[in-house]
Amino acid sequence: MSEFVNTVQDSIHTGDSSSGSWIIEHIVDSNVLDFEPFGVIHLPSFHFNLFGYSIHLEITKHVIFLWLAAIIVASLLIYTARSYKKSLVPKGIANLIEMIIQFLRDEIVAPTIGEKYVNSFLPFLGTVFFFILTCNLLGLLPYGATATSNISVTASLALLSFFMIQFAGMKKNGVIGYFKGLIPHGVPFFLLPIMFVVEILGLFTKPFALMIRLFANMTAGHVVILALIGLIFILKTPFISPVSIMFALFIYLLELLVALIQAYIFTMLSSLFIGMAIHQEH
Amino acid sequence: MFSNIGLINFLLLYSGGEKGSLLDVNPGLIFWTIVTFLILLFILKRTAWKPILEALKEREENIRISLEKAEQARKEAEEILEKNRKNIAEAEEQVKKIINEGREYASKLRNEIISKANEEAQKMIDSAKQEIETKKQEALFELKEIVADLSIQAAEKILEESLDKEKHKKLVEKLIKNLPKG
Repeated sequence: MSEFVNTVQDSIHTGDSSSGSWIIEHIVDSNVLDFEPFGVIHLPSFHFNLFGYSIHLEITKHVIFLWLAAIIVASLLIYTARSYKKSLVPKGIANLIEMIIQFLRDEIVAPTIGEKYVNSFLPFLGTVFFFILTCNLLGLLPYGATATSNISVTASLALLSFFMIQFAGMKKNGVIGYFKGLIPHGVPFFLLPIMFVVEILGLFTKPFALMIRLFANMTAGHVVILALIGLIFILKTPFISPVSIMFALFIYLLELLVALIQAYIFTMLSSLFIGMAIHQEH
Repeated sequence: MFSNIGLINFLLLYSGGEKGSLLDVNPGLIFWTIVTFLILLFILKRTAWKPILEALKEREENIRISLEKAEQARKEAEEILEKNRKNIAEAEEQVKKIINEGREYASKLRNEIISKANEEAQKMIDSAKQEIETKKQEALFELKEIVADLSIQAAEKILEESLDKEKHKKLVEKLIKNLPKG
């Protein structure tokens, strides 16, 4: 929290306390890991040219948190998998993970895609769920950053989801069959070209919606919390702080819920779209 | 070719907002996200998802089999219980029958014994009565002889002594008193 006070005070000193740019600065990606007052870590970045196009592969704050999330998810799931070697009935944290996996399998993947496709799609969807959930929750820790509140991250996840949807549909129905199946039955002949264009657009809007939804939800909560805390500095009175902190705490708790819900929704919708691509007759 | 690269550059750099804005799309971050996710997926598919899903399946199968076995055992137990109940009911009926038979036999036996005893008692009474009768007859016979003797003696005495009315009466009374009763 002190990191935040510094940022806010800095922006007040520079005289743009009402511009709100410090909120954005706090949320967007950066090249430093800010551990004020213990110091900062500057992160490396690589450049190289590919076909005359220079690519910056910076290791940014959000990349670090993506890796952290990946390590946490991997260790939790591998721990759960190992615990089955001891006994078929897991205990403690493995039990929680198993409960979530069972929920994903029985409530999301099985009803939307189908019982027999569970083994081929649950690994992808389950990894998406745990990865997004961990990223969301990491953003709620002190000194944490929400990688999923970066549109590049959500775009990448949506892109992967998009490829998974198309791949699933094409594998089941064949490439030509898949595109044929996009158009619903019983459409008049003269409408076919329009329908085809609309359906192709629909393929892209689905992951686009996934991207925007996750990004907006994860950003909004943080903006609201920061704005509520910033109210103390904007109004320049400590008497507003109980109100600010109460509201910020409330939003924080809401954020916990939103972190879970958004991970669930992303997984649920991806699963639904995969199911729709596979069962085109509906 | 150059225009193409320019277009890609443009799309990547200016697709979102300017640098530092919320909608700034960073190609490096896209690359890292996809790489991180794919590596995570690759690792987990081998090491976690397969064993977890298999373990879940196996356990569910175990539970299903256990439930089926339990159901079967329950059915068997119920059958056995039903059989036991039937056996107990039968045994009870048999016991009742045996007891009833025993009772009937006992009452029959009792009646027989009682009637036999009665008969015997009657017989004994009868023989006793008969004996009494004979004894009585004998006694009467003896008495008659005694009376005759006495009357003869009395007559002798009367004849020896003069007879007055007073003496006569006393004599007769004495005689009567001496008669055996019955």
